[in-house]
Amino acid sequence: MEKFETHTGVGVPLRRSNVDTDQIIPAEYLKRVTRTGFEDGLFAAWRKDESFVLNNPVYAEGSVLVAGPDFGTGSSREHAVWALMNWGFRVVISSRFADIFRGNSGKQGLLTAIVAQDDVELIWKYLENNPGAQITVDLVARTVHAGEIVAPFEIDDYTRWRLLEGLDDIGLTLRHEDLVADFESHRPSHKPVTSPA
Amino acid sequence: MAGTLAEKVWDAHVVRRAEGEPDLLYIDLHLLHEVTSPQAFDGLRLAGRPVRRPDLTLATEDHNVPTTPGPITDPVSKVQVETLRRNCAEFGVRLYPMGDADQGIVHVVGPQLGLTQPGMTVVCGDSHTSTHGAFGALAFGIGTSEVEHVLATQTLPLRPFRTLAVNVRGALPEGVTAKDVVLAVIAKIGTGGGQGYVIEYRGEAIEALSMEARMTVCNMSIEAGARAGMIAPDQTTFDYLQGRPHAPTGADWDAAVAEWTALRSDDDAVFDAEVDLDAADLSPFVTWGTNPGQGLPLSASVPDPEEFADESDRLAAANALAYMGLEPGTPLRDIKVDTVFVGSCTNGRIEDLRAAAAVVQGHRVADGVRMLVVPGSAKVRLQAESEGLDKVFTAAGAEWRLPGCSMCLGMNPDTLAPGERSASTSNRNFEGRQGKGGRTHLVSPLVAAATAVRGTLSSPNDLDDQARTPGELASATTGEA
Repeated sequence: MEKFETHTGVGVPLRRSNVDTDQIIPAEYLKRVTRTGFEDGLFAAWRKDESFVLNNPVYAEGSVLVAGPDFGTGSSREHAVWALMNWGFRVVISSRFADIFRGNSGKQGLLTAIVAQDDVELIWKYLENNPGAQITVDLVARTVHAGEIVAPFEIDDYTRWRLLEGLDDIGLTLRHEDLVADFESHRPSHKPVTSPA
Repeated sequence: MAGTLAEKVWDAHVVRRAEGEPDLLYIDLHLLHEVTSPQAFDGLRLAGRPVRRPDLTLATEDHNVPTTPGPITDPVSKVQVETLRRNCAEFGVRLYPMGDADQGIVHVVGPQLGLTQPGMTVVCGDSHTSTHGAFGALAFGIGTSEVEHVLATQTLPLRPFRTLAVNVRGALPEGVTAKDVVLAVIAKIGTGGGQGYVIEYRGEAIEALSMEARMTVCNMSIEAGARAGMIAPDQTTFDYLQGRPHAPTGADWDAAVAEWTALRSDDDAVFDAEVDLDAADLSPFVTWGTNPGQGLPLSASVPDPEEFADESDRLAAANALAYMGLEPGTPLRDIKVDTVFVGSCTNGRIEDLRAAAAVVQGHRVADGVRMLVVPGSAKVRLQAESEGLDKVFTAAGAEWRLPGCSMCLGMNPDTLAPGERSASTSNRNFEGRQGKGGRTHLVSPLVAAATAVRGTLSSPNDLDDQARTPGELASATTGEA
């Protein structure tokens, strides 16, 4: 995973709450067996509407999505994270993220910055008044900079550390393989196995 | 210290705990399907890692499979299913493929095999893994990176969830089902109300539910934003499990039951939040909008977005009504549907099919309405056929299909056409969920069946029903044969 310290890029205002993962990428696009190429399905239904924000050419290079509350609800599909990253997004800003989506993002290096809704409103207004403006997300200082606005954001310390260091979870866990083996040696005998009954 | 059920199961699975880091949790059962696993196996292959515990891992084909006889015709779906088969063979994972007697929707298969047991940790790359919490297991959906992590290590690094008690007090009125309970819970707390929580469903109304009905409730916990839903195991749980293929036997059974009996929240345990519902206030519930929290009793009317206090709710409601093609003030009972779908991991088990069959028996599906009945697994299908339920459905003009996820998410050919409207026993009414432009109303199997007969959103009470006695209907509702 790539290290993440700060990112500066075009902010995209998405004035929608409850953006579920079926909207981020509909099921019909989930059939690939790779982690790439999912950008074609990103917000596929909404992109049919000419007025949808991502259809505006000034946002073609968008890399910081600024969305309403409850972003990423619904299906656990990590394809939603891949689709956003394949498109070019590096950061999503929202006042509230669904748990699974936030977890998936952290594994892939997509930063989910929790910003108070009042600040999200200010950033939306700034971006709508300055279409195509760049905003900076500073993971070290945990702040979002949009014009004159400086908004703090929340992210848990552990995910922040992993993103800053670019660390892979599996590698970290395998350092403790002896503890896993020890735990396994004490599991009750009545726990089931999946081999044929 | 007093603990909740969720905390007890969590604590029993901690492999490693360190200050400032997530707990490393052991996973007892890892379920796989074709959609969220290929990239995980690919990751293992690239890193040269084996599957640590193939004997705690099980795969089934469900999301893409056609529900009509014959092979998969969509080439991309076919590649995905073939990739799962190749991965399972290469890594030594047991797979129930299409056509196998044990194939079915992953969340129907685990419990029916007796693999899901109280006190276990169960994960799957599918948000409806919460279903398995009905057994007092801590069961939750994970992303593909986490699938790879569990395959490689049989563990997951996780931050403890907060706990939310949902107390449903008293007895449910006749004709009110588990689906109505959970839709009412989601409408009350909202699609984000459960975020960060494990919900424990409690109270007399929950204790009175069958195992299958409990699975329906826990299944939709994720639609309230919760990571998992749980119900403390009791005699109903033990009776369901005993004799199933993977349930313990002999001395192991006795040891297991002794352990399971202790799996309940202590009387003085403190939940981070609590919500109370009075079962007597509940009635058949349906959704009108495009998220599962946008629901109302069937007797209500389509709401007016202007009446929502919160601006974001107002906007969401206006968007939803535009998408759904509904006018404020329209009685929900006047909404005409084109398709009725009975199935899914929410309501595709035998009791659901019995309940729907009891309603359509002696009736015809309304003109212009298509009714699809898709059993949750091959075993459910065989059981239903042995009871003659397939004949009841086909005699009424419904289609009797092969098992799979089907129209719940339309990854196979079972989809809604643009603008088409469904009453669906599934779990999500998101825009386009059942097909591009499709409009979904989430309902219970009883409401689905009555809607199929009348052609508009209906409950069995709306049918002019001479064919059966109320007693027969009641036994169909509770699933007692």
